[in-house]
Amino acid sequence: MSSDAKIRLDNVEKTYHGSSVSAVDKLSLDVYEGEILVLVGPSGCGKSTTLRLINRMIEPTGGRIFLDGEDVTTVDPDRLRRRIGYVIQQIGLFPHQTIAQNIATVPKMLKWDKNRIAARADELLTMVGLDPDQYRDRYPKELSGGQAQRVGVARALGADPEIMLMDEPFGAIDPITRERLQNEFLRLQAELRKTIVFVTHDIDEAIKMGDRIAILGERSQIRQCDTPERILAFPVDEFVDDFIGAGSTIKGLNFEQVGGLRLNGHPHITVDDPPSTGIKVLRASDQEWLLILDDERRPLRWMRERDLNRSSGSYLDEGEEVRIRLHSDDTLFHALEQMLQSSSGLCCVVDEKGALAGVVEMTHLRKAIRRAQVEARRHYEDLEAN
Amino acid sequence: MSVASEPRTAPTVPEEDGVPPGPATAVAGEGLLALWRRWSLGLWLAPVGIAALAGVLFVYYRSLKTEDAGFQQSSALQWGTKLWPQTVQHLQIAFWSTLIVVVIAVPLGVLLTRPAFRQVGPYIVTVANSGQALPAYGLLVLFLGLLGQGASTAIWALAFYALLPVLRNTMVGLDNVDRAVIEAGRGMGMTRWRVLTRIELPLAVPVILAGIRVAMILNIGMATLAFLIGGGGLGVTINSGLKLQQDSVLIVGGVLVAIVALTFDWVGAVAERYLRPRGL
Repeated sequence: MSSDAKIRLDNVEKTYHGSSVSAVDKLSLDVYEGEILVLVGPSGCGKSTTLRLINRMIEPTGGRIFLDGEDVTTVDPDRLRRRIGYVIQQIGLFPHQTIAQNIATVPKMLKWDKNRIAARADELLTMVGLDPDQYRDRYPKELSGGQAQRVGVARALGADPEIMLMDEPFGAIDPITRERLQNEFLRLQAELRKTIVFVTHDIDEAIKMGDRIAILGERSQIRQCDTPERILAFPVDEFVDDFIGAGSTIKGLNFEQVGGLRLNGHPHITVDDPPSTGIKVLRASDQEWLLILDDERRPLRWMRERDLNRSSGSYLDEGEEVRIRLHSDDTLFHALEQMLQSSSGLCCVVDEKGALAGVVEMTHLRKAIRRAQVEARRHYEDLEAN
Repeated sequence: MSVASEPRTAPTVPEEDGVPPGPATAVAGEGLLALWRRWSLGLWLAPVGIAALAGVLFVYYRSLKTEDAGFQQSSALQWGTKLWPQTVQHLQIAFWSTLIVVVIAVPLGVLLTRPAFRQVGPYIVTVANSGQALPAYGLLVLFLGLLGQGASTAIWALAFYALLPVLRNTMVGLDNVDRAVIEAGRGMGMTRWRVLTRIELPLAVPVILAGIRVAMILNIGMATLAFLIGGGGLGVTINSGLKLQQDSVLIVGGVLVAIVALTFDWVGAVAERYLRPRGL
């Protein structure tokens, strides 16, 4: 047992009164400082119950809960909860209080002075992207769903808790707004480094939001708990495989960057070379497409042999224009998307100056996927061996 | 990803999802009807009607030639010694019984919606129900047997009679508070007491007030029966009119009760409008 876990659940159990089957069965889980741990699983698996055990909205019937190494299983639950931010899907803003009053809920209970509370409310509104002058004195019914959940997040951050619990916070929000809120929240989290437990039933949201993901089966049993990359590359059993569903390989490409690929040279000529040189270069290689670069080695066009034959030498009309250029920090998912849109099935990578750094081919992606799978499998084999 | 020219059809994201227009724009758009609602002109029309009714009664009262009438009639219609004291007494009965109802029914309603007492709620409501199911006359007589004659007996009997609307509305008002709001409050570390006083009760105020208004009107109406057990009130005048077959006495008594009831109903409506928490 390492002691650096921010939140530790140690064999936590919940059995409801009059029920012979436990809702949460001997769950042990460590959440580390500054990470987002996502609890994900089919509905009814007990993920929300598990979350609510942490702030003791539901009292565990067995096991211990530690925050910062301190046993909080028996402390006053109301005081405990003031240390933990809590965001729920239904948001639950107090309709008879203004936005500023809503945000002030926890600071007020902690008896902050008035000026500090007002300043904090303004700071938080700005943080979640709402203009304080415009929204401070509004009532919740005047907000759209997306705005209301921004306020919900601001309210949970009210007294700057180190831990946040979020129960499907973006679940009831339309897809476009949801994606924006997710992105903004991730940006905020990069700054704040809170320790967050996040519940969702949506595996894609889990992959997007989670530093680690715990996939829960019935009675909150952890089937696999790992980084999204590893889970996608190596689902440990059929349950996990079923749950992450089709397309896990493609989703996994989101976690690899173009810069991580070992790219080999691709046949190319510059605009100053005549088409005949191009044909020669192309025939010497095993490639179908030739890349035309400008004077500063920036990729301009893709050309096949027959395009070159037709070309007048200006290289402006034939072949296909290179429209998208990837950088080394773009993901392989982006690369794949671009390759599928290009008739060459290839994608150019450039350096900061825009000069050609390499060309991504389908085999590169295949190799990258293979490598991730092998690494993940080896990781689990090592775990088992120890 | 550097984009030379953008071939992808990236969905253009709307700036921010729509905000309902503020109240200022509503008036201009919808004209008179909106104006009517916004300023609750209906609420301010009621006192005009009540004043008109009082005016008609006044003219009628002055036109009665009490000098020519028999002793009994003129005696029953004397303002200073009969009508005014009876009105005051009538209001006192209604006021105290309503106050007792509020003091008993609201805390009881709160208690019966707490988890520990939720199960006994239906039984208590049944008892309160029986108060209203009994004929008012019977209830008065029952209390007469228990407490003896007088206005205070009438007050307690009426309080029992009007308990139900306030109790039921308190329970319904508290039950109707969005569970998510309570969950959010508890989840942030608000104690049960704080959630009750800061969240649940304020949000239930409109419903509870509606119940109190009903109880008050019931009490003003039922106070006309207080004379049966020696409680006084305007029922005395109405009864005299009936017994003596003097229509003018009957009319004056009846209309006075109506004016009192309408006035307090209006007060209740004003209270409901202005005591309702903002933001609802």
